[in-house]
Amino acid sequence: MAQKTKVKQFIVNELLFGNESLLTSDDQSFLKTGVLDSSGLLELITFIENTFGITVNDDELVPENLDSLDNVEKFILHKATA
Amino acid sequence: MCGIAAIYAGKKTGPDLAAACGRMIATLRHRGPDQSGVYCDPSVGLAHARLSIIDLTTGGQPIHNEDQTVWIVYNGEVFNYLELRQDLESRGHHFYTHTDTEVIVHSYEEKGIECLKDFNGQFAFALWDTKKQRLFLARDRVGICPLFYAQNDGVYVVASEIKALIASKILPKPEIDPFALDQVFTLWTTLPGATIFKNIYEVKPGHALIIDTNTHREHRYWDIPYAAPDEHSPAPLEDLCEQVLALLMNATKLRLRADVPVGSYLSGGLDSSGITALIARHFNTNVQTFAIRFQEHDFDEGEYQNEMVAHLKVQHREIEAGNELIAESVPAVVWHAEKPLLRTAPVPMFLLSRFVQQQGIKVVCTGEGADEVFGGYDIFREALVKRFIARQPQSAIRPVLLEQLYPQIFKNDRQKAAFRNFILHNSSDVENPLYSHLIRWENTSRIKQFFSKELADGIGAYSTVAQCMQLLPENFNQRDTLSKAQYLEDAIFLSNYLLSSQGDRMAMAHSLEIRPPYLDHRLFEFMSRVSPQWKVLGINEKHLLKKVFKDVLPSSITQRTKHPYRAPIQPSFLKAIQSGYVRELLSVQELEKNKFFDHTKVHALLKKIEAGVSTSETEGMALMGLISTQLLHEQFVENFSYPDGLSVHWDMCFDRRKTLMSN
Repeated sequence: MAQKTKVKQFIVNELLFGNESLLTSDDQSFLKTGVLDSSGLLELITFIENTFGITVNDDELVPENLDSLDNVEKFILHKATA
Repeated sequence: MCGIAAIYAGKKTGPDLAAACGRMIATLRHRGPDQSGVYCDPSVGLAHARLSIIDLTTGGQPIHNEDQTVWIVYNGEVFNYLELRQDLESRGHHFYTHTDTEVIVHSYEEKGIECLKDFNGQFAFALWDTKKQRLFLARDRVGICPLFYAQNDGVYVVASEIKALIASKILPKPEIDPFALDQVFTLWTTLPGATIFKNIYEVKPGHALIIDTNTHREHRYWDIPYAAPDEHSPAPLEDLCEQVLALLMNATKLRLRADVPVGSYLSGGLDSSGITALIARHFNTNVQTFAIRFQEHDFDEGEYQNEMVAHLKVQHREIEAGNELIAESVPAVVWHAEKPLLRTAPVPMFLLSRFVQQQGIKVVCTGEGADEVFGGYDIFREALVKRFIARQPQSAIRPVLLEQLYPQIFKNDRQKAAFRNFILHNSSDVENPLYSHLIRWENTSRIKQFFSKELADGIGAYSTVAQCMQLLPENFNQRDTLSKAQYLEDAIFLSNYLLSSQGDRMAMAHSLEIRPPYLDHRLFEFMSRVSPQWKVLGINEKHLLKKVFKDVLPSSITQRTKHPYRAPIQPSFLKAIQSGYVRELLSVQELEKNKFFDHTKVHALLKKIEAGVSTSETEGMALMGLISTQLLHEQFVENFSYPDGLSVHWDMCFDRRKTLMSN
């Protein structure tokens, strides 16, 4: 849960410039709802790697891992235990 | 080119037409510094600021017909005027100048508003028919020359630029239109006919406007051509190439008609290199060429420019658009563009025209329009590739094509993978008629998150994209993918952004006329009958044009990767944010005053840019959009002014107010 909050904070502060209302639920698709564009996505990945000490491989750059707060959390937990 | 202004009062009384004409034309002197002229009668005033290009001695305006019942002020060129004049003379018309302007007057006498179909050129004019008591406004087919109008209680004001309408003092104080801001922050420009200001309009490309009895009606005389597959030319590719080359040669030759030297822009890309080569090889071996260099390596095309200069041995000069110079020039650029901008790309064009003016050149040929006519934009290829992928979504090979489209953007494998997996994932709506442009528009729309609550409330449920749907011709969705994408690009972006914010307005800021041969309507029409497969072959853009130039240009130019013309944003503004005018312009106080943007979000963005971690295109667009909107409000709404002492001394004055009244 802590991970999810940190990721959410990063997205809201750095990519949405404080506009929390654009991120309404934890299963909301970042791309379909315009929360992230491709460069925002790369900033998110860099943040995840730096903050949680994990490495995201190229073949892991898929929506199932990164396209909502729920997916990101699942992915971080999976990487931490892998 | 020139600057024109007109006022139609009809039966209304009130404004001093000559004085208002003087105020209007004073704001347009950059478009026509050489001479000025005015015509006034009880109903109408016409005024002109002249940039002398054809018939330097007797070409002053306004110009009239034999019995002085038809008067015109005119900006631009009708390139086939010599041929039209011959025909008109054989029909008994008498000319008193050697101008193309006078050809319009007599063509109108002969054919009425249908005369527009005979003109091959770039123009905007106001023609007053004293017998019918009607003012006839028209703009060239693709919209190279600008023409704006507005009315207040049946009194119309018309001019080449919006600032002249405001200076007339006939309109109420201008207001920025929230719907128009929504359009710009989606499409990079307002929609055809609209401007950023409420109740101020632009005559649409390919349209005429008739004003009489204190009302107006619109008449379309041309639309972007489209041919269904069964109307496509059956000729083999080699023959098509020969015909295109012949047309392009003629289009270029016509655009060299002038009584002053004509230069050429040379960016190093295919389009301007091709035109410059045709000029240097066939018409003027000593043509002077001009180019922009960038401080930022990623934007610079110097290597290719040098190669073309060595190849053609032309007299070439260049300027450097350094980062700070770009930021410093933005206020002047916005004053001339008269709309918010999401890119800094117009700025180097502004700097280049100043440089060219200093070299004593008044006219240049340019490469604009080749992408539209021949299928050159990435967005066209992207639409084709996405459709190709959508047919086999599981294919691992097909997406690789997309990466080849953007070698400048996808520099490493990680970016490629992210793009492949996410962007494709998101591109399902292939049946939407706006399909090709939706992703771009949605991406751009992300910058609306900076809108204040007041502005968002003002926009309400209005949707720019929904309004774009209204623009589409009948049976639009039956067209092929490329033709649909081309139509959207041509109808929305070509005239309203490329030819204005990056074209006429930046060139005319320094009394420079641009002439783009690719936008000759005969080429446009010819290419509409060429099968789309010859325009973009696979993912090879402008396939046919490259073949046309096979023997004209070095292969390093025809085969080079397309380099979209762009200019840096975040690095340019860094200093101006830290300590320059941007800091003031985007201060809490200024933002609160205008109420367009949310200052908390704006300051979060500025912090990110100052920290040097903002690299995204979207954030760059947002920054430029914020700065230019604030500037526009300051320059046109809050503190509208133009340099004092510009009161006009008329070189030509036809004052018919008293003589006509006493008749």
